[in-house]
Amino acid sequence: MSINILMPALSPTMTEGKLAKWHVKVGDAVKSGQVICEIETDKATMEVEAVDEGKVGQLVVAEGAEGVKVNAVIAILLEEGETAVPAGAAAPPPPPPPQQAAAPAPQPMPAATATLASPPPKPAAAAPQPAAASSGQRIFASPLAKRIAADKGINLASLKGSGPNGRIVKADVEGAKPGAAPAPAPAAAPTAAPTAPPPQPIFTAPGDKRVPHTAVRKVIARRMLESKQTVPHFYLTVDLEIDALLAARQAINDVARKMGAKVSVNDMVIKACAKALRDHPECNASWTEEEMIQYGAVDISVAVATDRGLITPIVRNADMKGVAQISIEMKDLAGRAKEGKLKLNEFQGGSFTISNLGMFGIQNFSAIINPPQAMILAVGVGEERVVARKGQMVIRNMMSCTLAVDHRVVDGAMGAQFLQTLRSYVEQPAAMLV
Amino acid sequence: MADTSFDLIVVGGGPGGYVAAIRAAQLGMKTAVVERENLGGICLNWGCIPTKALLRTSEIYGLIKHADAFGLSVKDVTYDPKKVVERSRKVAGQLSNGVKMLMRKNKITVFEGSAKLAGAGKLAVAMNDKTNQTLTYKHLILATGARARNLPGLEADGKLIWTYREAMVPPEFPKSLLVIGSGAIGIEFASFYRTLGAEVTVAEVVDRILPVEDEEVSAFAKRAFEKQGMKIFTGATVSNLKKGANNVTATITAGGKTQEVTVDRVISAVGIVGNVENLGLEGTKVKVDKTHIVIDQWSFTGEPNVYAIGDVAGPPWLAHKAMHEGVMVVEKIAGVKGVHPMKTENIPGCTYCQPQVASIGLTEAAAKAKGLQVKVGKFPFIGNGKAIALGEPEGFIKTIFDAKTGELLGAHMIGAEVTELIQGYSIAKTLETTEAELMATVFPHPTLSEMMHESVLAAYGRTLHI
Repeated sequence: MSINILMPALSPTMTEGKLAKWHVKVGDAVKSGQVICEIETDKATMEVEAVDEGKVGQLVVAEGAEGVKVNAVIAILLEEGETAVPAGAAAPPPPPPPQQAAAPAPQPMPAATATLASPPPKPAAAAPQPAAASSGQRIFASPLAKRIAADKGINLASLKGSGPNGRIVKADVEGAKPGAAPAPAPAAAPTAAPTAPPPQPIFTAPGDKRVPHTAVRKVIARRMLESKQTVPHFYLTVDLEIDALLAARQAINDVARKMGAKVSVNDMVIKACAKALRDHPECNASWTEEEMIQYGAVDISVAVATDRGLITPIVRNADMKGVAQISIEMKDLAGRAKEGKLKLNEFQGGSFTISNLGMFGIQNFSAIINPPQAMILAVGVGEERVVARKGQMVIRNMMSCTLAVDHRVVDGAMGAQFLQTLRSYVEQPAAMLV
Repeated sequence: MADTSFDLIVVGGGPGGYVAAIRAAQLGMKTAVVERENLGGICLNWGCIPTKALLRTSEIYGLIKHADAFGLSVKDVTYDPKKVVERSRKVAGQLSNGVKMLMRKNKITVFEGSAKLAGAGKLAVAMNDKTNQTLTYKHLILATGARARNLPGLEADGKLIWTYREAMVPPEFPKSLLVIGSGAIGIEFASFYRTLGAEVTVAEVVDRILPVEDEEVSAFAKRAFEKQGMKIFTGATVSNLKKGANNVTATITAGGKTQEVTVDRVISAVGIVGNVENLGLEGTKVKVDKTHIVIDQWSFTGEPNVYAIGDVAGPPWLAHKAMHEGVMVVEKIAGVKGVHPMKTENIPGCTYCQPQVASIGLTEAAAKAKGLQVKVGKFPFIGNGKAIALGEPEGFIKTIFDAKTGELLGAHMIGAEVTELIQGYSIAKTLETTEAELMATVFPHPTLSEMMHESVLAAYGRTLHI
């Protein structure tokens, strides 16, 4: 007998959802407990596990299909010995017409859902996502707290539990704001590295202030510690000459002004990095224990400082967008980031991060990689420096950038070649138009 | 000369007080208890425990009266009131001695006397042996409990008009009885005396009996008691108690009608008042509101290092609430990590009438009044195999869930042994389970507890056995 897999109700209020992603394909053997797909509701994205085991006979609902009703048949499992879906047997109701025809993605997309998926992270067996699934330690939360968190789209990992032994209970979740969970944030400064229990006792004196951790602070601490402890970083620094870039920016802004855009140096850097990543797909990648994931899309995370802490909104497909478009998007994202109004998918995922402290006059720094990404570019101030050109001292506008690289994914020479390409785009901006 | 200086002194050796003292001793505090009467307090000596002993007698008596239904022939069943009371006193005595032993074991000093605050950190104790002691403390817990309320015109005299105290040790059992008040205390005595054959009338001022329970439970209980032959007046006022030589005539007004009822004895069970007198609270920051000491969520009174727990600190007036508060406040004093204020909605309540009543959390009406959307499940005893086998087919279990989150908001039970079942839902509520975990739990068959499962299933339209 074949087994119908139905669209699950992920919250009591859910009536329909989007089949965001299939983790299995026809012919795959599925074990009970294995993640088979991701379902996106209006509130959160969650992984769905198989209850039964068998072989995938048919994916009834296409990836990307929206408005799939709860309890509609989404796939059919074949039991051992069965070879095909019996013609009339399952008689699945025709799936609602997918509003977005899902192009079969040859490469997995960045795992936009990974870190904020509400249930405690589970090792995703067949999942090609490298993200939180593999990093998470068990989160203790009451069933009711989990239910409310899932419903409100709150990341349990970002909360401090007030129950027995730090268990997250209803009151903790009710106090949290939806979407308050920050994106994996890159460190803006090398000194930001937070630590686990301090090795040295902390001596306090009267007048010292104890500031409770915010949810965002805890996520930053956890993710950065995890990155520094588990990701083998190495660093490559280049000094880029940006006179041509500044001139191009001037010229672009003369035109872009009519669109209501004002392109910044950072917008140009986003574009240049995106182009360079497109040229070096091996750098636009993530490490997993099983395999390397090379992302099909170039999605650039950009570190934005807010009152609540760092957050990294994403400019998606930045290699395909014009700088004016990037600039408009970035302004919108940064504005809403500061108001805490970003949607989950606007800061989750991304394949590469840029952190720019130039506006503070920082000349050069090393940033901490934002897992599961493989690289982060720390951008310093653009300033006039005396440099040697053809035996002469001349003044040029220079900008130092330091690339932090996950050595598991990218070796030194590969990283250096990436920077070479980046230099070619920055120093000859016209190349970005080619 | 006995030691007079303590880290913690507890005034009152009832369930709240002695448990607080034991916890304090466990945490290394030098601890004393001041008790003016019996260790174990009302609960153990004049409340929960001895009444349970009495009710066990009436339960067995009731079963034997129906022996033929079980295929047994028992003739000429009688009871000896003296022996019934004796057994109840013996049970109370045994447990009170048990508490004495626990005090010794935990090296807690017990002062037999009445305590009074005597300035910061000082407590004057008028010892029962007429001597006086002045004790000093770092922390003081007031756990002085409560006593029966006397309403004007309905004052108990201990002879014809009883409080729970006299009702528990009657020289002879009355043939007819009026119980004023249908809370847990009133209804338990009504049930006890009715089962043993007395003509029992219950007068309740509210429009239903067991007013704190869910309305469906109140209605079911009323029908069950009336079937047993109790007369119940709800929305009733008792305006006048005329005492005769060996009886009382009461004027009861209910539903617009006034009538006189003559009974051998009256039990007044119209609530309780806190024991706040003669404690030396005057001039301290301890506030008293309607005979109860005002406390915050941590049982703090506002007077430095003085705390109050249990009945004297307000409702619900339950021994297990007092014990929990006692542990909480001691741990708070000791700086134990992870101490949480008590959640009233997680305190179960049990009434040991026949049929038994047990509940936790919000009633359906209360949940709706809070504006919550609810899912309600109900499962009757008649659908449960064990209940049928026990010959106890009457009762039901009702569960109330938040329709949005699946939170178990409340559970209400009436029927055989439900007082032993309710703890399952207490755990569920404390752990914040939702309907999903309760549904996924395997309940043993055949047990009454299966009804707890079925009730949850019923709330989601999935019940199996009806």
